[in-house]
Amino acid sequence: MLPDFHPFLPFLIAAILAAFTKGHLRSAIMLLAPVIGGLHLLGLETGTVVEYQLMELTLIPYRVDALSLLFGYIFHIGAFIAVLYSIHLKDTLQHVTGLLYAGSAVGAVFAGDLFTLFVFWEILGLSSAFLIWAARDERSVAIGIRYLVFQILSGVLLMAGALWFWLETGSLEFGEIGLGVSGGLLIFFAFGIKCGFPFLHNWITDGYPAATATGTVFLCCFTTKVAVYAMARGFPGTEALIYIGAFMACYPIFFAVIENDLRKVLAYSMINQLGFMVCGIGIGTALALNGAVAHAFNDVLFKGLLFMSMGAVLYVTGRTKASELGGLYKKMPITATLCIVGAITISAFPLVSAFISKSMVMSALIEEGHGIVWMFMLFASAGVLEHAGIKIPYFAFFAHDQNIPAREAPRNMLAAMSIAAVLCVAIGVFPAMLYSILPYDADYHAYDMTHVLTQLQLLAFAILGVVFLHRSGRYPAEVPSVNLDAEWVYRRLFPRIYHTLVRALAAVGSFLRRPLDRWSLGLMMGLTRTHGPQGTLARTWPTGSMVLWVAVLLLVYLLLDFL
Amino acid sequence: MQPSDNDNPGWADRPEVQQRIRYLLYFICGLLVVIDLLVNRHTYLPVEEIPAFYAFYGFAALVGVVMLAKALRNLVGRSEDYYQKDDDHAA
Repeated sequence: MLPDFHPFLPFLIAAILAAFTKGHLRSAIMLLAPVIGGLHLLGLETGTVVEYQLMELTLIPYRVDALSLLFGYIFHIGAFIAVLYSIHLKDTLQHVTGLLYAGSAVGAVFAGDLFTLFVFWEILGLSSAFLIWAARDERSVAIGIRYLVFQILSGVLLMAGALWFWLETGSLEFGEIGLGVSGGLLIFFAFGIKCGFPFLHNWITDGYPAATATGTVFLCCFTTKVAVYAMARGFPGTEALIYIGAFMACYPIFFAVIENDLRKVLAYSMINQLGFMVCGIGIGTALALNGAVAHAFNDVLFKGLLFMSMGAVLYVTGRTKASELGGLYKKMPITATLCIVGAITISAFPLVSAFISKSMVMSALIEEGHGIVWMFMLFASAGVLEHAGIKIPYFAFFAHDQNIPAREAPRNMLAAMSIAAVLCVAIGVFPAMLYSILPYDADYHAYDMTHVLTQLQLLAFAILGVVFLHRSGRYPAEVPSVNLDAEWVYRRLFPRIYHTLVRALAAVGSFLRRPLDRWSLGLMMGLTRTHGPQGTLARTWPTGSMVLWVAVLLLVYLLLDFL
Repeated sequence: MQPSDNDNPGWADRPEVQQRIRYLLYFICGLLVVIDLLVNRHTYLPVEEIPAFYAFYGFAALVGVVMLAKALRNLVGRSEDYYQKDDDHAA
């Protein structure tokens, strides 16, 4: 057993060392960080708490319980996979920020107080922005800044909420917060931004497709899952989350169907999956919470796998747009197969991981009497199959052969994808592996006849729907386009309002200036007439007139003297 | 499936393979409905009691999603340089 240390430490040390090493040594250091960290976690006891007293503040930088451990495990697995996936790069910036980013996610889930959480929250936001900037093109600079604005907004809300909470309660401990308490709403939205709440989600769909091929794999593992963790700890059973989650699960599927950039399709798909988690947290029963966090655990693997397969396509061909791809299964058969495993998993077929976690949320919805929401979630489940289950592998690897020059992805990428794929299937086949580490006490069996049958019916007939649309020519073709989303408000509407306002003010200004100009001109001319060089008052007086006036003055004195 | 084999259509591009996959799908769909009628699955909601409810719902949901998305495309679809044009204007 390893000596006890803060789980952030291995990542921090590796990040520092990675900055000064290169080649195989750096690769070894980077791969070792999650391995050492992971081994350390296996030896941890729940209930470990490290407290510091800082004046009147009690800080808990390190606290271990079943919930933080679950996320700790998956973040270490995710970090290992993402590092392995990006190990072929010679980009120090990405390696260092990637490790810091993964480490801060680990730090955040083991933070026992809101201040420590805030610190890791900020490192998380800042380090991840570099994974977008690492694309090093003009577009990524602007996108990285927009991405960072959301992260900082979330951080500011968290800090303000935490301070208010502390002033009112006198404690900074991060436990259940709820909306009733002072600052609760601010913290709720701080978490909500990073969960991808509706209309606050654009940093995901804007940022993730713009990051480097490997950077997106890091991004999809951590930020949103930390937010789900924080939401599950702070706001379990908050009813609004049920409806927010249902909305998040439904609306992105429409955008995903018409989106051309396949990594953006996956970004929308991620919001859809987050919807299931947020909804589960909102229900708040042990079963639902277990379902939400188990789905977060699985999502790191299957969404990571899908982003990795699209990253491999981007790395090899330089393209991610559906309209420019197709036929790659002949040249990238292993990547294609692994992508299909990811697609099957996210669609939640029986015997893969999403089936055993999503069904917990669905069952909880029925148990708690949310029949209407359940219908919407079932609708969203069919939608997932369309955009993530069929569209992603179909347009990248099949569809029309574009004869793109390509080869199989590098071996480290294939290895990383294989690990994720094996885990996706293993968790689906042996659900007890995951169920045994879930934090809440609820008995659940995913594999009963009804569940398997109904899910297979839903999915098989949804595929039949795709075949029907395809054969009847109704399936929408992939066209290069931009689809307006909520970001239109700040990328188009606000600038437009701003420019209109500037123009209007300029017009009003020049209108008001016209009489003013005329008046001031008149004033100037008048002054020039009297005070100018030729003006009456500026005329040089002859010496004679001065002598005359002195004489008058003296005369006045004389008269006064006589009086 | 040789990497250099560009001109020959791959296995997935051959119509007979595609047809076989389709037939397999039709068979599975049929089988699932038959099983649904034979076994007595648990139901919690009244709507679930409709025979093969999940099959209808899956099909309808998917067709609905795609059709609505096509309508959405008319509403929100813009040319690819939509925001670039705006950036230039702003600059």
